[in-house]
Amino acid sequence: MDSPSDNLIEVIDLDFSRGHRQIFKGLNIEIKRGQVTAIMGPSGTGKTTLLRLITRQLIPHAGRIIVDGTDISTLNQADLYRLRRRFGMLFQNGALLTDLSVFENVAFPLHEHTNLSNRLMRHVVLTKLHAVGLRGAADMMPAELSGGMARRVALARAMVMDPDFLIYDEPFVGLDPISMGVIVRLVRRMNDALGISSILVSHDVDEISTVSDCSYLISDGKVAASGSPEELNRASSELVRQFMHGMADGPVAFHFDAPDYAEQLLGRDAE
Amino acid sequence: MFLDIYITIREFVRTFGAFQLFFLRLLMYSPRILFKRFGLVVSQVYNAGTLSLVIIMVCGFFVGAVLGLQGYSNLARFNAEDSVGTFAAFALVKELGPVITALLFAGRAGTALCSEIGLMKATDQLSAMEMMAVNPIRRVVVPRFLGGIIAMPLLAAVFSAIGLFGAHMVGVGLLGIDVGAFWQQMQQSLEINDIYEGIIKSVAFGIVASLLAVWEGYNALPTAEGVGRATTRTVVITAIVVLIIDFMITAVML
Repeated sequence: MDSPSDNLIEVIDLDFSRGHRQIFKGLNIEIKRGQVTAIMGPSGTGKTTLLRLITRQLIPHAGRIIVDGTDISTLNQADLYRLRRRFGMLFQNGALLTDLSVFENVAFPLHEHTNLSNRLMRHVVLTKLHAVGLRGAADMMPAELSGGMARRVALARAMVMDPDFLIYDEPFVGLDPISMGVIVRLVRRMNDALGISSILVSHDVDEISTVSDCSYLISDGKVAASGSPEELNRASSELVRQFMHGMADGPVAFHFDAPDYAEQLLGRDAE
Repeated sequence: MFLDIYITIREFVRTFGAFQLFFLRLLMYSPRILFKRFGLVVSQVYNAGTLSLVIIMVCGFFVGAVLGLQGYSNLARFNAEDSVGTFAAFALVKELGPVITALLFAGRAGTALCSEIGLMKATDQLSAMEMMAVNPIRRVVVPRFLGGIIAMPLLAAVFSAIGLFGAHMVGVGLLGIDVGAFWQQMQQSLEINDIYEGIIKSVAFGIVASLLAVWEGYNALPTAEGVGRATTRTVVITAIVVLIIDFMITAVML
């Protein structure tokens, strides 16, 4: 059995609802240090919501989330912000500040939290931009970047404070194969070279298989399966097979809940 | 029906309470931003103030010109056309300057503030700041709120000054009123309290217009439709509240 210190994040019996819809029912997840952990699941299962709960942008209705030994629900705002300085988060669309240049975006956390000299700040920012291959784009504005470039800039910004763990929210969505390959390689390289831990939310099975050490498949508010990509590929559960092999129908129905088709077509609503 | 009324009242009280807390937070963060990050405020004074100058000056000129024409045609009936300067100065400094500037400010700068903050929210920029341990209210909202408050009285002063110039152009240049009488009567009649009234109104309207704009933007639904609605609401609510407060301040200062 793992010692508690092996787990960077523990989600214990988590319940969360939006309106009348229960998103998580007793969810349990452990995220280990130094690994790339993927959280997968069909659209609408609450993957991004889980990230927002882990970073306390949302508050769970029941259960606990332990980050590095601390129950984050007990933190006041100052402690929460101190903890968040150890996070780096890559948002789905990059979330770059549109009124700042690429350089200023990456320098933003340093400006806000440090008293580095301009010379040193320039050095740090250019180093991070170089790591994502965009040193040459330092003077460009976010509106001038392609989707893949924006995400790489956001990655440089996420790691500029040398975080302990990086969180990626759907980093592969809408990217061309070259940009996707670049991001996949960067995720793995950042994790190993910087000795950090990474959490990756995605439903791109192939990419996750190449980059993650451990994956959780979430469905119906709970963990449906977990393990290495190979273990998930070998799983016998119908749901896991449907998801991993991209089958149109199965436990996750193709049709959203709806009244009877014939009745709806021929009934009063049709008149 | 009673349930609907109950829910409506409950929602109103809840929103009003949240609005007050939001205002208190802005006030609490303001001194620190004002003294330690004044550069952020200056850039917002530029956005809300300098970029609104053209519309304020053009409108101020024509409002003043209309006051010159109307003042002349009505005062001439009593052989008091020399008082056009006084008439225009009272109207501009005490009422039209602050009120029309506030309405134009809501339309030009308030909508820009609201939609900018709303779009930052819709594109996760505010969440990204939260995740970088930067408080978005302190970093984004407060500088815009303070920038609006500083810009609004300055714009009202420009509006009144250009308005008087417009009245002078029409009254003296076009209709032949004596230039000495125009300015002297104005100087004799207008008291410092009248100017104070204009200043108090423009500061109050600046607070109202900026506060409503940042509140609506910060609480906009993070969708295109949500930001659009919030922007419209900013203009409508600001216009109503400004006119109500104008009445209240005028009544108190009579």
